[in-house]
Amino acid sequence: MSEHFTEQKKIWEQQSEKVKERFPERKDPFTNLSGIPIEPLYVPQNESNYDDYAEKLGFPGQYPFTRGIQPTMYRNRFWTMRQYAGFGSAKETNERFRYLLDQGQTGLSVAFDLPTQIGYDSDDSMAEGEVGKVGVAIDSLEDMEILLDQIPLDKVSTSMTINAPASVLLCMYIAVAEKQGVPKEKITGTIQNDILKEYIARGTYIYPPKPSMRLITNIFEYCRDNVPKFNTISISGYHIREAGSTAVQEAAFTIADGLAYVDAALESGLEIDEFAPRLAFFFNAHNNFFEEVAKFRAARRVWADLMKNKYKAQNEKSWRLRFHTQTGGSTLTAQQPDNNIVRVALQALSAVMGGTQSLHTNSRDEALALPTEESARIALRTQQIIAHESGVADTVDPLAGSYYVEQMTDEVEKQIREYLDKIEDMGGAVQAVEEGYMQREIHQAAYEAQKRIESKEDIIVGMNEFTTDEETHADLLKVDEKLEQEQIERLGEIRANRDQQLVDERLRDLKEAAEDPNENLMPHILACVKAYVTVGEICHTMRDVFGEYTGA
Amino acid sequence: MNRKIRVLVAKPGLDGHDRGALVIAQTLRDRGMEVIYTGLRQSAAQIAQTAIQEDVDVIGLSSLSGAHKSLFPKVMEELRKREAEDIPVIGGGVIPEEDIQFLLDHGIQRIFTPGTPMTAVADFIEEKVQGDSV
Repeated sequence: MSEHFTEQKKIWEQQSEKVKERFPERKDPFTNLSGIPIEPLYVPQNESNYDDYAEKLGFPGQYPFTRGIQPTMYRNRFWTMRQYAGFGSAKETNERFRYLLDQGQTGLSVAFDLPTQIGYDSDDSMAEGEVGKVGVAIDSLEDMEILLDQIPLDKVSTSMTINAPASVLLCMYIAVAEKQGVPKEKITGTIQNDILKEYIARGTYIYPPKPSMRLITNIFEYCRDNVPKFNTISISGYHIREAGSTAVQEAAFTIADGLAYVDAALESGLEIDEFAPRLAFFFNAHNNFFEEVAKFRAARRVWADLMKNKYKAQNEKSWRLRFHTQTGGSTLTAQQPDNNIVRVALQALSAVMGGTQSLHTNSRDEALALPTEESARIALRTQQIIAHESGVADTVDPLAGSYYVEQMTDEVEKQIREYLDKIEDMGGAVQAVEEGYMQREIHQAAYEAQKRIESKEDIIVGMNEFTTDEETHADLLKVDEKLEQEQIERLGEIRANRDQQLVDERLRDLKEAAEDPNENLMPHILACVKAYVTVGEICHTMRDVFGEYTGA
Repeated sequence: MNRKIRVLVAKPGLDGHDRGALVIAQTLRDRGMEVIYTGLRQSAAQIAQTAIQEDVDVIGLSSLSGAHKSLFPKVMEELRKREAEDIPVIGGGVIPEEDIQFLLDHGIQRIFTPGTPMTAVADFIEEKVQGDSV
């Protein structure tokens, strides 16, 4: 018998027991409807395959993590069901959050409006027409206090889709938690904080790459010492895919970005194991079911290898690629929108089969507008049906050993590595972004995909085939147009009522800190937000020092 | 037609979704048009100014952030200020049906919604420009 296999198996059994002590299995025993018992894990039956298995797949929770990062995956606990939400005012969004938590959602995910994401206050001329449209408007700490009102920050983990001003919003979150009596050491959640994919695909950048990378490493360092349970970055392939990339490009460019952050943090003097365990990832799930599953499994294997063997991380937690998944927004059709429920179910299933740690399922009406409450509920129910009714979560990585899935996983891995080599030759992801390399690759893939749709080589049900006479879409969510004015008025009141002398002092201090590249900006930003300095004021101060990015 | 049709593809406001704008731009280039793409975060005044400087025949606006009802009419206003309201303007993006009439009333020629074949946009532009030049 293979020694490697036997040793891994023993460790897996021990680790599984440990998990069970904390989180008992969901059922005892697990059986299907025919009464057949379901094992937590299935492995090759033929001993001659043990060596190969141990090397390429391994046991879940162990290097190279092909089968998942935890020993028991969903046998004990399902993935976190985390629906991205936010629109209009902090008060409205707070109500939606509390509704979702009541409905069984297990984590929060905040969508901010574009002015907040790009560091403009609601009363800035650049913000006109955009306030509260694609997410919630946050100007000062007061908005954050309203947003998180009555939400226990010691229990709920919160993901914030915020990048260029991630430091500011994290500081606001810390400040609100402290007001609730929750120390910053205890709060959990994730900031997206992934600026490279903003340049590549998403567009909410503010500063040029160099100071942006500094802010990111400042956050890593600050959180290592003060906010140890927060994920300091969510390295995102989601938007790269939405912009038109292939599945391989999504995984490859995301990992390349991840390596750039690792390099920047090492360069700033951090040790790999001090920050790598807090790196998180964020992927997309599109319609090609097995391709998606293979992508998730391959990405885990590549990252583990790089962290362990190239970067010599010692802590096993540094090797684990933990990820959130969102189903593919760009796959949704405006035509026959109810069909999107089925697309989302298939995509969500691929994420679960791929071993995701948390999941957002899109709503059927998102090609038309932000989701209504009813659509958002169906999206959450879709995850709950997969979890509770389908049985797919009853054993770990059930697709392992499929000739197709394993070979596809190998092939996706190979192609990811080819891209990584190419990007390394170019000087790394930052260089590749500045040269527009990834942007061009993505755009080319998007254009080819569009041509295949128009020639009907690719069929999109309800859109270029199986069409019906267009129905009208009732019941779309509308953001109240008055909101912008109300938000501006409230902001005016905050400015009038705060201690302006303190504000000026804090901003001067921030400016000085920004001018010194060796200073960590986080404590200075935290002092600002506590004095009700606004997102726009903080970001403008840093703009003055750092300049603005204007495109590749 | 003596000269190529010139099109300005523009992203007004803060929206960063440019997949559609880029794919449209390339489709129009493949049809033999000259396309100027503004890049992200353009103000209405910048768009109007560029359209005039570049002497374009058509302006295409793209918005997926829900701000179209505020941003598109502002572009029209900036064109009028510069006496360039004769340049036809079309729009596309995530735009609910019920907003379309409002935009047409403000002088936008046509709104293309998700799922529209790119060729339909190119056809429309060709007809528009050639029809106007007869």
